[in-house]
Amino acid sequence: MSMLSFEKKYRVRGGTLIGGDLFDFWIGPFWVGFFGVTTAFFAFLGTGLLIYGAAIGPTWNVWQISIAPPDLSYGLSMAPLREGGLWQIITICAVGAFGSWALRQVEISRKLGMGLHIPFAFSFAIFAYVTLVIIRPVLLGAWGHGFPYGILSHLDWVSNVGYQFLHFHYNPAHMIAVTFFFTTALALSMHGSLILMATDPREGETVKTGEHENTFFRDSIGYSVGALGIHRVGVFVAISAAFWSAVCIVISGPFWTRGWPEWWNWWLELPVWY
Amino acid sequence: MKAFTMKRFASVLVLGTALMTGCEAPPPESVQRGYRGTGMEALYNPDTLQELVNANQVPAAIPAVSSEGPKAGDIYQNVEVLGHLSVGEFTRLMAAITQWVSPDQGCNYCHVAGEGFEADTLYTKKVARVMIAMTQNANENWGAHVGGAGVTCYTCHRGNNVPEQVWTIGVPPRRAENMGHMMQNVAHQESSVYTSLPIDPFTPYLLEDGVARAQGDTALPQGHEASIQSTEHIYSLMMHYSDALGVNCTHCHNSRAFGSWEESNSERVQAWHGQQMVKEMNNAYINPTNDWLPAHRQGPLGDAQKVNCATCHQGAYQPLLGANMLADYPNLGALAPEPEAAPAAMEETPAPMEMETSSLDQGVMGGEAN
Repeated sequence: MSMLSFEKKYRVRGGTLIGGDLFDFWIGPFWVGFFGVTTAFFAFLGTGLLIYGAAIGPTWNVWQISIAPPDLSYGLSMAPLREGGLWQIITICAVGAFGSWALRQVEISRKLGMGLHIPFAFSFAIFAYVTLVIIRPVLLGAWGHGFPYGILSHLDWVSNVGYQFLHFHYNPAHMIAVTFFFTTALALSMHGSLILMATDPREGETVKTGEHENTFFRDSIGYSVGALGIHRVGVFVAISAAFWSAVCIVISGPFWTRGWPEWWNWWLELPVWY
Repeated sequence: MKAFTMKRFASVLVLGTALMTGCEAPPPESVQRGYRGTGMEALYNPDTLQELVNANQVPAAIPAVSSEGPKAGDIYQNVEVLGHLSVGEFTRLMAAITQWVSPDQGCNYCHVAGEGFEADTLYTKKVARVMIAMTQNANENWGAHVGGAGVTCYTCHRGNNVPEQVWTIGVPPRRAENMGHMMQNVAHQESSVYTSLPIDPFTPYLLEDGVARAQGDTALPQGHEASIQSTEHIYSLMMHYSDALGVNCTHCHNSRAFGSWEESNSERVQAWHGQQMVKEMNNAYINPTNDWLPAHRQGPLGDAQKVNCATCHQGAYQPLLGANMLADYPNLGALAPEPEAAPAAMEETPAPMEMETSSLDQGVMGGEAN
């Protein structure tokens, strides 16, 4: 792939965490780095094992392919390949690939002399995944508590795990997570709209700047969080959504085994009502 | 700075306490209820489980006696449902029932001292007769639900005059005028397992003939109609099933297709038979006693205290965790042989429930049962 004329300026040496200059090069547009190599290794191995799992499974229907974790009876030990061992190795590959990707982001940030905001934010997504397939299963004492790798099967798992607690909408952390997901969508749509309002004017109008943007929100809700502030808000609501998602599932089981509606009795039984 | 640290310490303490009181400690006990990775599992706190085990210990059985010799019906007068027992068996069962139902009051809970045993003076004695027949009927005709372990008086009574968990027809909650309540949205109701769901899911399904089936059997809505109200009634009933048995929805269902019998565990079939059994108990046995029950044994609307899943199960997936007390008291295993000896209340017993599986698929519970 060709390189844009100004890109050369940014193709500078350095910033690596591991490997020094060894992997400090580009393949086409992609910078490689040590963690680029490990990302590729884990991603290809993991995907290959998923395809192998599909091949020894009952279907090639892409919706129905499912690589399930072991039976609970295996506890935290390794299971035979065809009885959940595949799921265990794929999980290692996934964590390896996601972690490598985050560290590659760190290296690129360092190379460019920038902050680590992107790897920081991405690590919340990794944390949510690791919570589901490692932290919670370990707390519950068996890998079998992880979710299966399949397009529909993982949704079926979500449904059943929700019904393990009778009514998951009563899970307080789930409430917070859902609220943050909706808030993230609201904030992003309003921010995107505002930028388009200012910078994509209709015929005959001029492009507006930050003062117009601020004034719109001051006029409508009395306050504008500002050009930098809205991005801080964005990162906060987005990582909070991922963080509380992880919390809502890790408390379900390890820290609460009954129906979530019943959990709220602590509120109803506060001595202030009597 | 110091004040700030103190404040922070205090808030961490408050938050920490709130979290600790609302939490249990890992790891729980877990049970796999379906194919691996389906998420069909049961989780139990070991402490809660131990409490359940402690609460479900079976009392020692009275030594068995011979079934030979003269029959109770020939020796005593006015013996209707246990007349076919030998005098020894009859006396042993009376002693056991006293231990199970009225350990404090003794024989005088049902019999008046100085009167003959045959007198039906007390309502408690008449209730006992109906309850014995109900128990015998459950064991003889509802094997599909009670299985080999069966039920005895103790399954429900556990030393109480009236089982701890019974229900009566629900009373509308208090609301400001013109505020709809739809018999739901009431805080702290065990009948709806602490949800906003309807607080009396029992009347439509465990007394009337509501069919707990709101889900359509096609992927897209094609003519199938079920109201939100009937759907929530069913959800509430299912919450009761779960709460009464100490299980979750995946004990019976794979929630990806609640209605599919093929994807459900066999316990769901057992539960369906249980619903029919409880309906018969409430209609054929308990409701007729209402004619002569004293007011303090009736609900706010003047109906008799009825049976639901919790009456027997009391938080265990099998009552008494599956202990077979019937083996020690086989006399409760079947109805008395001569049907003409049945009590007056029994004459209104309807024909046995239709048990064909096809009836599972009949109709949808409409608004009329609400």
